[in-house]
Amino acid sequence: MKTSAHQRQILKYAAYKLAAQAALAMTLIALIAVIIFILVRGIPHINMQLLFGDYTSRAPSLKPALVGTLYLIVIALSIAAPIGIGSAIFLSEYTNSKSRLIRIVRVAVETLAGIPSIVYGVFGYVVFVVTLGFGYSLIGGGITLAIMILPVIVRSTEESLLAVPRSLREGSFALGSSKVRTTFAVVLPCAASGMVTSLILAVGRVVSESAVLILTIGMAVRVIPQNVTSAGTSLALNVYYFGSHGYPEQAAATGVVLLVLVVAINIIATVLGKVFGKGELADG
Amino acid sequence: MRGIFLFCAVFSILALGCICVFLLANGLPFIGKVGLGNFFGTKWDIHNGDYGILSMIVASLYVTALSMIFGVSLGLLTAVSLYKFCPRRAVAPIRQMVNLLAGIPSVIYGLFGLIIIVPFLRDYISPNGVGYGILATSLVLSVMVLPTIVGVSLDALNAVPKNYYEGALALGATKEQGVFKVMLPAAKSGIMAAVVLSIGRAIGETMAVIMVIGGSPAMPTSLFQSVRTLTANIAMGATELSGDPMTALVATGVVLFFFALLLNASFSLLKGGEKRENKRASKANS
Repeated sequence: MKTSAHQRQILKYAAYKLAAQAALAMTLIALIAVIIFILVRGIPHINMQLLFGDYTSRAPSLKPALVGTLYLIVIALSIAAPIGIGSAIFLSEYTNSKSRLIRIVRVAVETLAGIPSIVYGVFGYVVFVVTLGFGYSLIGGGITLAIMILPVIVRSTEESLLAVPRSLREGSFALGSSKVRTTFAVVLPCAASGMVTSLILAVGRVVSESAVLILTIGMAVRVIPQNVTSAGTSLALNVYYFGSHGYPEQAAATGVVLLVLVVAINIIATVLGKVFGKGELADG
Repeated sequence: MRGIFLFCAVFSILALGCICVFLLANGLPFIGKVGLGNFFGTKWDIHNGDYGILSMIVASLYVTALSMIFGVSLGLLTAVSLYKFCPRRAVAPIRQMVNLLAGIPSVIYGLFGLIIIVPFLRDYISPNGVGYGILATSLVLSVMVLPTIVGVSLDALNAVPKNYYEGALALGATKEQGVFKVMLPAAKSGIMAAVVLSIGRAIGETMAVIMVIGGSPAMPTSLFQSVRTLTANIAMGATELSGDPMTALVATGVVLFFFALLLNASFSLLKGGEKRENKRASKANS
């Protein structure tokens, strides 16, 4: 009797293993299916008119969205990059990890990372559209996005700063350099690759984001934005607009453009991280 | 120089404070004005001054629960499979691919739902000819959270000390028993953290949801019925409404913000638990 119960146990867990392998296959199939279907539906509809033509109701174009996306990347990054990097420098170089301020900053960064993007959108709407009276504008959307990508930049920059060996800092101090000089001349150059990778990933976030923008930049798909106070649109927002306003083909084609862009950004970030990472290892 | 860095670090706290203040200052007075009973009621009819969001809270919870059932079971088993039951050489490339897929914009998943899943459900599965609704949304979301669940659970499994597994084998357990009865329970708080993280993503997801949920502010009674989640309520009204109804959307945002804070708190508790457990384990080993 006992053996048979034992046997059954073994069989049961062998079945679990099969289920796990089936799940792996299903996961891969599901995720690949998403990509394949978007590519199959979208690629036939990519053409010059869609990419660079002038917008008309019969033949929509992505030109306003491309310009808008560029604006957003520039605005969000030029605010979030200095603040995020400065914040990471403070967290890793200027304090020990037990201080209360550090703990509060960390909790704030974690919390910011966990807020849904639509809530950022509501915040941006209340502040920039209503309270400051900008109306729908790229600058409002860009600043809101900057706050949203801040946690990404802070966390990954801090990680790459902490990865710089202590001995390098001590060597620099021993040669009589000040803290600031050590930070800028020794620590930052060593951590440069990690920081660049984190900024590229942040660009990826900006490009993929759309829920924030629907409330802040106004989804103006027809006209090319004149300056940062214009209403505008972005590639991701256009996928939604086309999808829900009766342009399914254009939606799929825009999806392909967005997909290629995001995957390219991610691959560049990974490759840069690897290439530089190896170089650093050799130096150390 | 220290002052500048300090300011940068404090900026996150300031930003979080601003978000709290602006949301609460704009949302809470509105809830007070229309009354709690109205705001958490079942009827959303902005022309008659009814701003009940209960049906949307219910829809959000349904969608989240269902997508977790699909996503967690599939994702957890996938992580286990990647951990032990898969050719060693395939693990790194699959891992990399999953990471890449985690970065795909949610609007792409929504588009996939709109052009593939909704028509498929409508034509082959749905009893009433409606493809939109809770099932379509849950399917889209469960695919969307898969990379998160797989990645975080696999990290949790890898963080469990290897000698647990070796000990199980030495006591005569099979490989499968070692993984399912020893390693999986030992990684439980890390796995719970993965689940909480994905719940946060599912309940806060907007763009993938609004493309497949339908959008009628009705109480959900069927898997195939046009309904509206909290996030969809905000995004759908955002481009059309103004005045009081627009403020109602801000108040909806406040509710969502509270959900997010709650999930954040439980996430950090679980993360802390995982660290403590692994520390204790490695101490016991040394």
